[in-house]
Amino acid sequence: MSAPAEPLAAEPAGEHVGEHRDYAGAKLGMWIFVFTELILFGGLFVAYGMYRSMHAHDFHKASGELNLTLGVINTLILLTSSLTMVLSIVAIRLQRKVQSMFFLACTMLLGAAFLVNKFFEWKAKIHHGIYPGSEHLMARPPGERLFFGLYFGMTGLHGLHVTVGVVVMSVMLVFLARDKIRHNDFIKLENTGLYWHLVDVIWIFLLPLFYLAA
Amino acid sequence: MNPRMQTQTEPPHIVGYATFIKVWIALVVLTGLLVGLSLTHRPNLALLGLLFITPTKASLVIFYFMHLKYESAALKYMAAAAIAALIIFIGLTFSDYLFR
Repeated sequence: MSAPAEPLAAEPAGEHVGEHRDYAGAKLGMWIFVFTELILFGGLFVAYGMYRSMHAHDFHKASGELNLTLGVINTLILLTSSLTMVLSIVAIRLQRKVQSMFFLACTMLLGAAFLVNKFFEWKAKIHHGIYPGSEHLMARPPGERLFFGLYFGMTGLHGLHVTVGVVVMSVMLVFLARDKIRHNDFIKLENTGLYWHLVDVIWIFLLPLFYLAA
Repeated sequence: MNPRMQTQTEPPHIVGYATFIKVWIALVVLTGLLVGLSLTHRPNLALLGLLFITPTKASLVIFYFMHLKYESAALKYMAAAAIAALIIFIGLTFSDYLFR
C-alpha cells in the first residue's frame, strides 16, 4: 500500500485508453441478482407465514425463548454497518480515499461483530439442546420444532450472506488501497453496497418475525 | 474526444453524508418503536408494527442506502415488478391456504 494519506493523484494520461466500462450494465446486473435473492428469501418467508398460521400458539411460545436483546443489538449493528457502507461510497466519490477505506473497514468490523453475536446466540441454543433434529427438540410440539427449524435455516442462510459480504468487502478494501476503485470508477464498491444493504433489508424482516413474534 | 468506451453517462449526483445519517437515525428510531410496540404485549399493536414499521424501514434502506430514489425510471419499474411478483406469490399462497 503506497502512502494512503496522499490525495488521489490524477490518472496518468492514456492509462485506461480503450478500457470498456459499462456503469449502468454493471449496476443493472447487481440489481437483478438482488431480485433473485428477494425471491429466495421470499419463499422462506412464505414457509414461515404458512407454518405460523398453522401453529400460532407454538410459534408464539418458541419465539419467547429467543434472546430479544441480542436480536435488537444485532439489528442496530447491521443498520449502522449499512450507514458506514454508504458513507464509504460517498467518501470515494469525493476523492477521500483514506476515509472511504476507514468506513469500509468499520462496515467489515460491524459485520464480524454481528456474526460473533450470532455465534453466541446459536451456542446458547445448542447448549440447551435446541438444534435441528436434537432429542430435546423432537420431544416438543411440532410447531416449536418448525419454528426452530426455520430459525436456524433462515438466520443461518442470512449469516452465510453476512459472511460472504465481509469477504467481498475485504477484497474491495484491497481494491481501494490499490486504486482499482477510484472516484470515477467505483461500481465495484457500489455493487458491494447493494449486496450489503440487501442483507440488512432481510434482517429487518427477520427481527419482527423471529424475535418479536412473542 | 473521450477515449473511454463508456456506454453510460456519469453516475447520478453525489448525495451528502448528512442525508444518510438522517436516514440512519430514522431507522434506529423506527426500530425502537417496533420493539416498544411488541413489548406492550398487545397483539394488535405488535401486528401494526410488523405491517407498517417494518416495510417503512425496508423502504428507507432501499430508496436511500441502495440509492433507488436517484436511479432511472427503468430501474425503479424493475424493482417495483420484482416486489409485486413477491407480493403476488405471497398473496396467492395465503389465499389458497385461507380459503381452501
